[in-house]
Amino acid sequence: MTHHVLPGFRLSAGYTLTVLGSCVLLPLAALLWTAFELGPSGWWAQIGTRRVLAALRLSFGASLLAAIIDTLLGLLVAWVLVRYRFAFRRVCDALVDLPFALPTAVAGLALTALYASNGWIGSRLLPLGIEVAYTRLGVLLAMVFVGFPFVVRTLQPVLESLDTDLEEAAYTLGASPRQRFLKVILPLLLPTLLTGFALALARAVGEYGSVIFISGNRLFQTEIAPYLIVQKIESQYDYRGAAALSAVMLIASLLLLIAVGVLQRWARRWAVIR
Amino acid sequence: MAALSAAIAMDVRVSSSARLGRGVLILAAISVLVGLLVLPLMAIFAEAFRRGLAFYLNAVREPETIAAIRLTLTVAAIAVPLNLVFGLAAAWAMTHFQFPGKALLGALIDLPFSVSPVVAGMMLILVYGKYGWLGAWLESHGIQIIFALPSLVLATVFVTLPFVARELIPLMQAQGSEQEEAALTLGASGWQIFFRVTLPRVRWALLYGVLLCNARAMGEFGAVYVVSGHLRGITNTLPLQVDQLYEENFSAAFAVASLLALLTVLTLAIKRLLEWRHGDHLNAGH
Repeated sequence: MTHHVLPGFRLSAGYTLTVLGSCVLLPLAALLWTAFELGPSGWWAQIGTRRVLAALRLSFGASLLAAIIDTLLGLLVAWVLVRYRFAFRRVCDALVDLPFALPTAVAGLALTALYASNGWIGSRLLPLGIEVAYTRLGVLLAMVFVGFPFVVRTLQPVLESLDTDLEEAAYTLGASPRQRFLKVILPLLLPTLLTGFALALARAVGEYGSVIFISGNRLFQTEIAPYLIVQKIESQYDYRGAAALSAVMLIASLLLLIAVGVLQRWARRWAVIR
Repeated sequence: MAALSAAIAMDVRVSSSARLGRGVLILAAISVLVGLLVLPLMAIFAEAFRRGLAFYLNAVREPETIAAIRLTLTVAAIAVPLNLVFGLAAAWAMTHFQFPGKALLGALIDLPFSVSPVVAGMMLILVYGKYGWLGAWLESHGIQIIFALPSLVLATVFVTLPFVARELIPLMQAQGSEQEEAALTLGASGWQIFFRVTLPRVRWALLYGVLLCNARAMGEFGAVYVVSGHLRGITNTLPLQVDQLYEENFSAAFAVASLLALLTVLTLAIKRLLEWRHGDHLNAGH
């Protein structure tokens, strides 16, 4: 035991571990144990059905695509908020947090109302032959919504601290604005962009509330993996199936968490150059 | 920075195409924000008031809605203070001491943010449910957790766990332990150090974390959905009530949802105010 100067180690660490233990560690162990008990063949029997595989494909496919879209939109918005001064900039900046703070069920309702065939946007898209509500496009849209702030908020502080020496050097060497952006700024932002991408992806994969309203949960078509977990618990009392699928989602989240850690370390190393 | 601004300014003066590009980018960013974020928010209030003020007031005064509001407030009133103490305890342990497994502890505190809320609910069922690890023991002692208030609190604590700790740890790390140690040498007790030295220095960050924690606690859907059994008037929190109303009474669902949207707008406004007035006392990077 190391010697501590300040008091309160036992109390603070004890309380921390008690809450973590009962709320996080014990449940985590229970899930991993239940999935482990199934064994590989038992696990595959739960996961390998057409319905579950379709849901997993949609969950991971749509969230990947959503995270890519978030990265592009997030780069645009972060850039404009940091580099330009314009009317309502502060309001725009505050708005970015909306998906963080809006309850997911409310977001789901709002998106559905907006994009349903009689909604403000949905009714205008319908003549163009585009349906969003109750399609995979709707799933994608909800995932883009919830993941959006992660990229902006990860990028902003880095963009603000970006040392302008390199840009100035590029400018004096005759680089065009486009060249300065693509060859000087973008490479410096890469680790941060990837961090934001991974965070948006992690959020989108596990998202439930905002997706299930607009997706319509159509069999083989728009069912996401978290929806199936709920279905298995609620209407089929299939705890093993739910645990097997939950374990897949949990392991995906853990891998993403590790990826984010690695990316952040990488970004910090780049910070020296910035 | 000044040199670059001058350079950019020159750029702008020299070529009108650069000015055009700038305008296009700003316009594009504003379109994204309006289309993706503002329109959904407006849609909630538009749908909520579509059938008039009287309908709206009736919808939010339904006994089941009132019960849901009361339950949401109760859950938040238990989960948020639990989390506040957790954040302070975790930050105290993480920033003032060196101990084995510290990095792992930090990772565990962050974990709930990346776990799907539905998976979180499932994990709680596997421990506290009827057939869970502690199920038989709890039942023999007459304690019901799943499908009752305790599970709502547990699920809420799970999903909001990192909020306060995450604001406090980087801040207290940056502040170091010198002032606390100085107080110690002057004969202050542990609690005196905590209340007179540490707490005043982190109070705004603490409030900031609690604000975000509270917004999430009152709005949580997925994790609570799984463990609550959504029994009307009994274990329905406000978001769950919105979900059930949506099936039966579209406009009423939006009326109730607008209450949560109002909470969101309020939270964001206070958050901005805190960042604006007390930005120096919060962690850099917000």
